[in-house]
Amino acid sequence: MVWIRFILIQNRAGKTRLAKWYMQFDDDEKQKLIEEVHAVVTVRDAKHTNFVEFRNFKIIYRRYAGLYFCICVDVNDNNLAYLEAIHNFVEVLNEYFHNVCELDLVFNFYKVYTVVDEMFLAGEIRETSQTKVLKQLLMLQSLE
Amino acid sequence: MPAVSKGDGMRGLAVFISDIRNCKSKEAEIKRINKELANIRSKFKGDKALDGYSKKKYVCKLLFIFLLGHDIDFGHMEAVNLLSSNKYTEKQIGYLFISVLVNSNSELIRLINNAIKNDLASRNPTFMCLALHCIANVGSREMGEAFAADIPRILVAGDSMDSVKQSAALCLLRLYKASPDLVPMGEWTARVVHLLNDQHMGVVTAAVSLITCLCKKNPDDFKTCVSLAVSRLSRIVSSASTDLQDYTYYFVPAPWLSVKLLRLLQCYPPPEDAAVKGRLVECLETVLNKAQEPPKSKKVQHSNAKNAILFETISLIIHYDSEPNLLVRACNQLGQFLQHRETNLRYLALESMCTLASSEFSHEAVKTHIDTVINALKTERDVSVRQRAADLLYAMCDRSNAKQIVSEMLRYLETADYAIREEIVLKVAILAEKYAVDYSWYVDTILNLIRIAGDYVSEEVWYRVLQIVTNRDDVQGYAAKTVFEALQAPACHENMVKVGGYILGEFGNLIAGDPRSSPPVQFSLLHSKFHLCSVATRALLLSTYIKFINLFPETKATIQGVLRAGSQLRNADVELQQRAVEYLTLSSVASTDVLATVLEEMPPFPERESSILAKLKRKKGPGAGSALDDGRRDPSSSDINGGVEPTPSTVSTPSPSADLLGLRAAPPPAAASAPSGTGNLLVDVSSDGPAPQPSLGPTPEEAFLSELEPPAPESPMALLADPAPAADSGPEDIGPPIPEADELLNKFVCKNNGVLFENQLLQIGVKSEFRQNLGRMYLFYGNKTSVQFQNFSPSVVHPGDLQTQLAVQTKRVAAQVDGGAQVQQVLNIECLRDFLAPPFLSVRFRYGGAPQSLTLKLPVTINKFFQPTEMAAQDFFQRWKQLSLPQQEAQKIFKANHPMDPEVTKAKLLGFGSALLDNVDPNPENFVGAGIIQTKALQVGCLLRLEPNAQAQMYRLTLRTSKEPVSRHLCELLAQQF
Repeated sequence: MVWIRFILIQNRAGKTRLAKWYMQFDDDEKQKLIEEVHAVVTVRDAKHTNFVEFRNFKIIYRRYAGLYFCICVDVNDNNLAYLEAIHNFVEVLNEYFHNVCELDLVFNFYKVYTVVDEMFLAGEIRETSQTKVLKQLLMLQSLE
Repeated sequence: MPAVSKGDGMRGLAVFISDIRNCKSKEAEIKRINKELANIRSKFKGDKALDGYSKKKYVCKLLFIFLLGHDIDFGHMEAVNLLSSNKYTEKQIGYLFISVLVNSNSELIRLINNAIKNDLASRNPTFMCLALHCIANVGSREMGEAFAADIPRILVAGDSMDSVKQSAALCLLRLYKASPDLVPMGEWTARVVHLLNDQHMGVVTAAVSLITCLCKKNPDDFKTCVSLAVSRLSRIVSSASTDLQDYTYYFVPAPWLSVKLLRLLQCYPPPEDAAVKGRLVECLETVLNKAQEPPKSKKVQHSNAKNAILFETISLIIHYDSEPNLLVRACNQLGQFLQHRETNLRYLALESMCTLASSEFSHEAVKTHIDTVINALKTERDVSVRQRAADLLYAMCDRSNAKQIVSEMLRYLETADYAIREEIVLKVAILAEKYAVDYSWYVDTILNLIRIAGDYVSEEVWYRVLQIVTNRDDVQGYAAKTVFEALQAPACHENMVKVGGYILGEFGNLIAGDPRSSPPVQFSLLHSKFHLCSVATRALLLSTYIKFINLFPETKATIQGVLRAGSQLRNADVELQQRAVEYLTLSSVASTDVLATVLEEMPPFPERESSILAKLKRKKGPGAGSALDDGRRDPSSSDINGGVEPTPSTVSTPSPSADLLGLRAAPPPAAASAPSGTGNLLVDVSSDGPAPQPSLGPTPEEAFLSELEPPAPESPMALLADPAPAADSGPEDIGPPIPEADELLNKFVCKNNGVLFENQLLQIGVKSEFRQNLGRMYLFYGNKTSVQFQNFSPSVVHPGDLQTQLAVQTKRVAAQVDGGAQVQQVLNIECLRDFLAPPFLSVRFRYGGAPQSLTLKLPVTINKFFQPTEMAAQDFFQRWKQLSLPQQEAQKIFKANHPMDPEVTKAKLLGFGSALLDNVDPNPENFVGAGIIQTKALQVGCLLRLEPNAQAQMYRLTLRTSKEPVSRHLCELLAQQF
């Protein structure tokens, strides 16, 4: 069965800005995965593909300034669909935080989770329309 | 559009985060955190009831501390309290804390479930979504038990909001993945399928994921989704780039939904309904057409989204594999991508073409791109792209281009990344063998492999070249000449020394006429490498030397000198010492005639493919080698050998020819390779080798995965054994069982009748019955040829002290078996006490003047003397407890080798001989059995329990008996059966 195993946002130094797990891992395992992903992704340059084989899975990743957005999926899943899912997500964040930067994700970490849950749920893509997601986020923002 | 300011709403949190960020050292950070934890703890413990806002703020701080990597051991209760707040922001923080931090077996789970229940019933879509997301994020079994029944209702309720439906669909998906048994199929399933028609594309997006998951287990229940998916897809694909408004992404209408729909369709065969099929083919063509249109935007997002759909479309076309026209178009499209400036596209095109190469319709079209792919192998900067190129070359290889591809892969090997060298070596070795037209090319290729990447040439590869050279006399002279030349390199790899030593020991005489490679030159060349080699290689070289004494008597004195040297005769390594002593004595005492017989050329190895292929598959996981199979489209190729065995016939008595498939089976267990005990050094290998005639072995296609055994010179026994297949040799003097003997035996553990063995000459059928400690077995020997077998003498041999454990009386059979005739032999068997190894059945005869011999294991295993015992649950448990000494229990956890069908399992267990006890194990999936093994001397009570785990495709088998070796032995026998 095909689904996202985890989503990670890390900076170049390896600091995690978001970790969203869709599979059961214990804490040590999570830490190991985070380090491994950082190791495989940061050594790659712009001439490389945006895909890396990773254990029995693959990582689809994209770099925005100093941040790496990584999605771990099954090896036979659609690479480009996830690559653009990352970009779609980043555009929503950018709109929501008004020119998003790394610090927004730090100070508003609890809101980032809400954005993720609107767009990805149970390891699947939930909603792809930026308009719909932002409308919903705006509505939630207005609630007390 | 909304924009949030930093730390909006919770100033205290923002200040704390700033403080942490300003900490100069780890110590300072820990200090600050500890201060904060103390503060929060005192607030939570304080008398004053905290208001919702403060609670939210502190819980959020705790969460932040946890995410920094620190343990949090309090605050859970406060988080749970937040769940019942009426304020969204408080509830959200509560749910977030729970999702991130609370593990499933927390005692708070009851309180949490209660809060979720309230929110689900609240009719407030925001709260309902929060609750659903929490279930989806935690996904524990407890939550499944509490809510699995409610969620389908919410999903299909007419009045549920769209966003709630989206979340409910995916929430259900998560629960189904975690515990499928908790999600009952019902009338809601039909309504879920109709969500594919929903107005709201987000609902459709979520529903497709759910349906794709559910339909894998219950394809028939969801069959109607095919036509709905096709019409939905068709509407999207044919819409203009702006029709779908919100769901248009960089001028591409609903790319993700399209991809998901195309994936859903890959769960099913092509639609049967002609109209649906026609509409679908039209969609696929439209996608292919659009790929040729000029892009509507220069942005990479546009082309990525468009190509995501294109690649998924191609996957579906490959999945159907029935539309030659579409397959070729797909291939041409991918061909264009091979030269695209985007690395991603080149990578994906190579990957996708790999699967196209295995379709008979597109194989030729793929081949036309060979030059581009070779170029990719040479020039791509990203190693993963080069690897895809190597995969594709391997997949597109056939007789017409093998030489080119092999030579390119060899060239690549010189610079290939270490990580993929072994794989490339295996691939080259496989291709070279598979497509060898003349074997000198094959020999060159393998020697090149050793030269270029000796460290990565595994045993399987160099064993294989020795087997092939041994079996083909047209290449032996060439091989000898080539290894001789290769060995002259000043630094040659140890694997080259091994191959060279073996080949010269066998065929050095073929080049001895040339003074440049005269016997003394050959010897001194080999011996110059001797001292730098490992023990294993030196042992092999010693065998070469003794063979030289036979081939070249003029080298005898020199070689005896070497063997006599203290460094050999008193070598600290026992293997080397033994060889030196034995070879020296042999060369001194044996006459030249005896030497010539003992040391004669190795007989051909049984023709079997291909341990190398098996190894490649192990490396790459299932499916990796599938492109290589000649039967290209066989979907089960990766596990064909495991899956052939039909359900065991335990009760019926099929004719001996009913089960002809048994021969093609999984690798034989290690026990089948040459025995290494020292007790029977002189008898266990006849010069006929493991399986005497090449014609007796299965053809390469049949023995797809079987392992090959190391060439005999690895063990000195082969050389010292009685060479003559003597006509009147005693019954003890038999060869070792054929390599397949153990797996043939395994087939009969749970059944009593069938074909025990078959090759081109002979078929042996078995029919047997057992009662208490007695058994009678009928063996049927069928002569499959039209020529009479002479001196036909089957006999049963007891290795070791089996004679005291099992008595087998045989009746003589006629010494001649006419062509096409069958003779029958009756065996009376008595089990005297428990035994572990079965007796051997040795069959010898002459066919057309050539002596044939064959040793099998007689299908008599200890479980044949089982008497099933029925007992009630309480008796079973009582006895189970009585057998609680650790040595009385044997347990094995192992992967299922066959589909996990409970009915088949039941039949196998009954065939194994124990009674099956119902209503004993609390888990109805498990099997429990009991029985008594009857022997003349004693009875052994046995209890067994088999626990299948369908999700992990594993079993756990536990045996308890009153005798330790019996537990272990039964456990091993039975574990092989699933």
